[in-house]
Amino acid sequence: MIGKGILKGMVETAKNLAGSFHDPERLTTVEYPEQKIPAKENARNFPFLVYDGDDWETGLRCVSCQICEKECPPQCIYIEKDTVKKPDFLGKMQFQPKTFDIDVSVCMGCQICVEVCPFESIRMDRDFEYAQSDRFEGLLLRKDQLAKPNKYYHSIHPTEARETDAIRDGKRQDHLAKEKAKAEKLAKAKEEAAAKAKEAQTPTDGDSSEKAS
Amino acid sequence: MDVELEGETVVKLKPVFGYLHRNHEKIGEGTSYLGSMPYTDRLDYFNSMTNNWAYALSVETLAGIEVPERAEYIRVITAELSRLQNHVCLIGFLVQDMGALGTPLMYAFRERERILDLFESLTGARMMCNYMRFGGCRCDVSPAWLHQAQQVVEAFPKFLDEFEALLSENEVLVSRSQGVGALSQSLAIDAGITGPMLRATGVNLDLRKAEPYGIYDRFEFRIPLGDHGDVFDRYMIRILEMRESVSILRQAIGDIPQGDFIHPKAKLRGFKPPAGEAYGRIEAPKGELGFYLISDGSPKPYRFRVRPPSFINLTILEDMCLGQTIADAVIILGSVDIVLGEVDR
Repeated sequence: MIGKGILKGMVETAKNLAGSFHDPERLTTVEYPEQKIPAKENARNFPFLVYDGDDWETGLRCVSCQICEKECPPQCIYIEKDTVKKPDFLGKMQFQPKTFDIDVSVCMGCQICVEVCPFESIRMDRDFEYAQSDRFEGLLLRKDQLAKPNKYYHSIHPTEARETDAIRDGKRQDHLAKEKAKAEKLAKAKEEAAAKAKEAQTPTDGDSSEKAS
Repeated sequence: MDVELEGETVVKLKPVFGYLHRNHEKIGEGTSYLGSMPYTDRLDYFNSMTNNWAYALSVETLAGIEVPERAEYIRVITAELSRLQNHVCLIGFLVQDMGALGTPLMYAFRERERILDLFESLTGARMMCNYMRFGGCRCDVSPAWLHQAQQVVEAFPKFLDEFEALLSENEVLVSRSQGVGALSQSLAIDAGITGPMLRATGVNLDLRKAEPYGIYDRFEFRIPLGDHGDVFDRYMIRILEMRESVSILRQAIGDIPQGDFIHPKAKLRGFKPPAGEAYGRIEAPKGELGFYLISDGSPKPYRFRVRPPSFINLTILEDMCLGQTIADAVIILGSVDIVLGEVDR
């Protein structure tokens, strides 16, 4: 019978129409600006810079090693090194970036900068509402716009942030252990040097006395 | 398309492409091996997972990197999920070209969204996944993710039944697609057509069986074949292939082993493969996708060539459209399954 297939299809459509009222599985759309789908934990969009503590200028993790700038496939990161060194979280003196710009109109959110960063400083944000009236200056994010606290990082990617904190704690402990070992070595070396000097002193005295005599 | 008509009949047809040319191959020669990975997402933007895999496979052949077992399973799972959402969308677009405005496409997109949600919670992005790495994958799958994937896969055959009830017997679809755009077996072979287009003509060539890359030789699945090579066969092959993909996914999710998700010695920065050349090819949802790389030992490839299935399948468009009406030419184009990002690169 002609039209049987169409009728069968219409039954399917009716099932979906009726189903969409009570079964959320059958719904296709949400009304976006009023209604938003909760973001996935892993969702990524554009990079941002993490800082520790309350002051973004002193707490910035970035040490302007420029690896991300070099590895970025579309070359959307621009970094200028500062001329003065500042202590980082381990107390080492490092250059902070003087300029750190990301052109989000070029960035494709591939996460390669995050993967190559050895200082856990650049991470992916999940904010996607970046619409601007000025597409040149407005979409060129400066250092102050990029810097976001570690607290914010914890709020968007809790698991990843916890792992990152663990890595940093490990680094700190390693550093402390190294410092301790170094201090011990130094102290030991000093003691040895002092002992040697003592040992050396007697014959030298003898020498000098011999010479004198 | 430049089409010459006689009344409503096509007498000459020329596909014109190049409007989405983005210089992919030259960019690939200018960036590091890793830097090309996110660009491959943008070739066939429906299937970033299979694009990633093909590229990773050719670099792994070039540098002789081994892939851990778990990573191979993850790759199969993501690639088959990708095939599901590609085929379901294609059918939605195809029936939209026939005049079924909206409804089937909407249902197809609803199912695709579930798979894209899986991709997003695994890789962070819905379509531009950038997930494979040389020697494995970027991150591990969690048991929760696998469970979620299993739920999506188990629900999929039910949706396919509904989808088929909606479409397969529909008189309009059948009369508009049967006998339309028939492609002969010999012409398909001569033109280098691959993928569902070739199998619709009855040639049994699927790289997953013919040249099992990864771990495809461990799974049991069948290759659906058509015998007329017309639009209806191409539609049906895709439905059947989705059913086979579901069976592969069930097996893969069922026996994924524990272990590394990336080779422990794989490195991200400063990757330099030895001088030489390699061609890695896989059965992407649209056909044979291959990457040909020549390395001179530097961190950038000397030559980067993509063998895109959409582009080569499109070259045969005129032969299928000649003598058909202009309304059929639209359907035939729809059934080729092209993504212009891949055609123009």
